[in-house]
Amino acid sequence: MIRRCLLASGLLLLAFVSSAQDEALLRGRKLFDSHCARCHNMGGTGGEGPSLARPTLRYAADEEALVKVIQEGIEGTDMPGAWQISGNEVRQIAAYVRSLGRVESTPLPGDRERGRDVFEGASGCGSCHIIEGQGGILGPDLSDVGLRRGADYLRESLVSPDAAIPERYLLVRAQTRAGEEVVGVRVNEDSFTIQLRDQAGRIHSLSKLELEDLEKAFGESLMPSYGSELSASELENLIAYLASLRGEP
Amino acid sequence: MAQVSYERIKNAAGEPASWLTYSGNYASHRFSALDEIDASNVSRLRPMWLYQTSSGGELETSPIVADGLMYVTEPPATVTALDVKTGRPVWNWSRPMPKDLRTRGFPRTNRGLAVLGENVYVGTLDNHVVALDAASGAVRWDVQIAENSLGYCITAAPLAIDGKILVGVSGGEAGVRGFLDALDADTGERLWRFWTIPGPGEAGHETWSGDAWKTGGGATWLTGSYDPELDLLYWGVGNPAPDWNGDVRPGDNLYTCSLIALDAKTGRLKWHFQFTPHDVHDWDANQIPILVDAEVDGRTRKLVVMANRNAFYYVLDREVGTFLLASQYSKQTWAKEIDERGRPVVLPGTEPTEEGTLVWPSLQGATNWFSPSYSPKTRLLYVAVREMGSYYYKAEAEYKPGDYFMGGGERALDGDEAAGAIRAIDITTGKTVWDFRQHSPPWAGVLATAGGLVFAGAEEGNFFALDAATGEPRWHFQTGGGVRANPIAFEIEGRQHIAVAAGKAILVFGL
Repeated sequence: MIRRCLLASGLLLLAFVSSAQDEALLRGRKLFDSHCARCHNMGGTGGEGPSLARPTLRYAADEEALVKVIQEGIEGTDMPGAWQISGNEVRQIAAYVRSLGRVESTPLPGDRERGRDVFEGASGCGSCHIIEGQGGILGPDLSDVGLRRGADYLRESLVSPDAAIPERYLLVRAQTRAGEEVVGVRVNEDSFTIQLRDQAGRIHSLSKLELEDLEKAFGESLMPSYGSELSASELENLIAYLASLRGEP
Repeated sequence: MAQVSYERIKNAAGEPASWLTYSGNYASHRFSALDEIDASNVSRLRPMWLYQTSSGGELETSPIVADGLMYVTEPPATVTALDVKTGRPVWNWSRPMPKDLRTRGFPRTNRGLAVLGENVYVGTLDNHVVALDAASGAVRWDVQIAENSLGYCITAAPLAIDGKILVGVSGGEAGVRGFLDALDADTGERLWRFWTIPGPGEAGHETWSGDAWKTGGGATWLTGSYDPELDLLYWGVGNPAPDWNGDVRPGDNLYTCSLIALDAKTGRLKWHFQFTPHDVHDWDANQIPILVDAEVDGRTRKLVVMANRNAFYYVLDREVGTFLLASQYSKQTWAKEIDERGRPVVLPGTEPTEEGTLVWPSLQGATNWFSPSYSPKTRLLYVAVREMGSYYYKAEAEYKPGDYFMGGGERALDGDEAAGAIRAIDITTGKTVWDFRQHSPPWAGVLATAGGLVFAGAEEGNFFALDAATGEPRWHFQTGGGVRANPIAFEIEGRQHIAVAAGKAILVFGL
């Protein structure tokens, strides 16, 4: 009888612990949705920021490292530190992120080798993008794009490039008082000057006081849409190829 | 070595060759009566010397210049005296910071120092106030006024008045209970302390419930102003803690987000005015209070004006604290208006939530610690403005001594959606007279001069001069480091110079 009671209370305790864990995970998910999902997507499947639904994370080998990454950010990347979230809440977010890696992630449907052929073939991707040192400089270097971006974001940037322009690739049209027009990507700007890189890779330094017109084409990408250029399977293959790029030759 | 007497500081506006107190004079005008550099010649302004600091960290210091030396602070806790002619260091004093130093909600910074008699006075992040011999840097006295383990720090420049050193504290994000200390300038002995959160039995305590007052914030983290005739100190008080979760502290939470007027002799409260009752957006009221005399409603009054972090500009009577006027000077989406008593009519749905609530201005406010400037010639107040919104989040708030106690956070709408401005505000009407747009929200203060110029700085490293009457740009210089400091003006051998910190260097410009 005593034994049965102990067993029953043990089960109760287990149930309590597990529901407390569920509660904490739920809490972590809610916090994640508010603070992290803007870049990492709901469920951490990856967007502008990388997918977190994987068993190992590049900058966070264990829970302790993950807590540090959430609190302090990652220098040299777009990941900011969440100094305003309490220690307890950061641990809840970390626990939720770790739980994402335990879920079997769905493999991408495309074939990465065929995707490479799409990239290097008629699509002309390489004329604007570098992979492993080869390619053009107009668009971002894609050597490790699979680490930085989720598949949804990659799809969007191929189909609707205007909706997925990285901040450092703002298209600008400037007209000087002398009548010269310069079109390029903004490489830097302050209150008095702006620096553009044109399609030929030339840098233009312009004084704002000497400009007739300065148009910043927010939501307008230099990159054409590949939504109709590529067949559905070519698109999936290309996404699989890009998602596989991890900065390792 | 001449003495920097109280009389000299009191008459600082009449001694423009020096810069004797944080904001230039006790009225905090940050104005220079020097007019050698003007719109006709500012295009020739060039750097004369640079001093590169080596102690690490970005500078937010505002220099003091007296009797041939320039005194600057370097993070985390260094004072350097420079030969004003050459920029060569004359002496240097540092206090090593403890390994477990806690700075909650701000960088390991120091914004300046005070000078009085034969001493310079500095506060440190671990809450020591130190008097250093102005000629040698030798320590005259050193007192500790608060515990860093609770989250207290000193980042502000002290204010030196007749025989007293006023020192404010940081630490609102750790849930400290704020105070302002008056120390004896000769000995460091505490003369009085004013607690910004009233305790049981004191007036204002009823605006708190339970024990919330004990961790109520109300830091005094910037330098205040002083009216020698009225013998009143004017000091801005920080936000309540926890910042974004007001549920644990129902009530107006006095004297947070208020301007307090204190009797300098006793530290007793003469009057207070609360800008943002029960704040939940971290819009503290530590901005520099500016003392001006001007005609309002047909009679000349002694006024104190403030461009507040909450996006409204306020005019108060500084003898009795009467509210006279408020006007919006930057985008805001939280208040319908300021009513006739000076109280904001808060719009529903602007409180932080778990999902995030988008509100202008951002957590950093429409302006922040960097100084405004008032020109008695144009009668305009020049303010560096941050035009940016934020998503405000509310979360749990658990108090642990010395740890963050904030109850939420923000996500700023930065990038190209955010911008900055230098704005000229008519002091008696509150109307914006001109606006100079900046590429991004600034962290640098403003200096107006009798030469008809306004100097200001930018995150992207630009240090520039605008026409004080029109806001037209007249000169700009790329310093190579973000300008996060307040400019000053002074003379070297009878010639006007301008100094500002940028990145990790002090730059001095002249013709």
